[in-house]
Amino acid sequence: MKFAIQINSAPWESQGCETAYQFSRAAISLGHEIHRIFFYYEGAYNGLRWMAPPEEETPLLRRWSALATEQSVDLVICISAAQRRGLLEQTEAKRVGKLDDDLAFGFRIAGLGLWIDACLKADRFLVFGA
Amino acid sequence: MKNFLFVLRHPPHEGAGIRESLDMVMTVAAFDQSVRVLFLDDGVFLLKLGQCPHNPNLKPTSPLFAALEIYDVEGLWVEQESLAERGLGLANLILPVQTIRREEIAFFLATADIVVAC
Repeated sequence: MKFAIQINSAPWESQGCETAYQFSRAAISLGHEIHRIFFYYEGAYNGLRWMAPPEEETPLLRRWSALATEQSVDLVICISAAQRRGLLEQTEAKRVGKLDDDLAFGFRIAGLGLWIDACLKADRFLVFGA
Repeated sequence: MKNFLFVLRHPPHEGAGIRESLDMVMTVAAFDQSVRVLFLDDGVFLLKLGQCPHNPNLKPTSPLFAALEIYDVEGLWVEQESLAERGLGLANLILPVQTIRREEIAFFLATADIVVAC
């Protein structure tokens, strides 16, 4: 089965991000497809490269990056959600005269069109951390 | 084509959430998909007439809903009980909407391909 996933909360804000990660790993290991995960609302913070949580907390950021590399999952952060929160990738930062390079490895920034695209191609659409 | 249903349950000015939610609604409409919006619980306050966001940092959100018509979002639904519990009626709303009873909600949700709670 093909899943599209949306994540709406920041990693520190709810259990939803961890649950979404565990779900994604489990689904892929059972042979399901997760082509894209779309980060919206506070979920945009999942791709913030400079997060430095205390060591005893789960390194969710590294896990997302690993998921993108190992399973070619497309991790997309909504561009308007990201900009509103000051999360800029290098090209956009340059355009607005800033020095940011905030995106963690494996993430990219794009519009809601990619969210729709994922919804339309999937058999099931799941929202985490709503 | 898929049949999208957005369920709005939060009042206006609870962060920028409603703007981001409506961005999704309008994107779906722009991609020629079928869109309905259901206002539930405190979400019914989004449509209340006479909102005065006095704080200069708050942009009014109700005009955003008027724009939905331009995007061909035609199915605006409000749960009757949510209105009544808050002392509101259809005459207190900024737009004409269709109403639905609480006991019909489960069936209503089941008729959508994609439900987005926001």
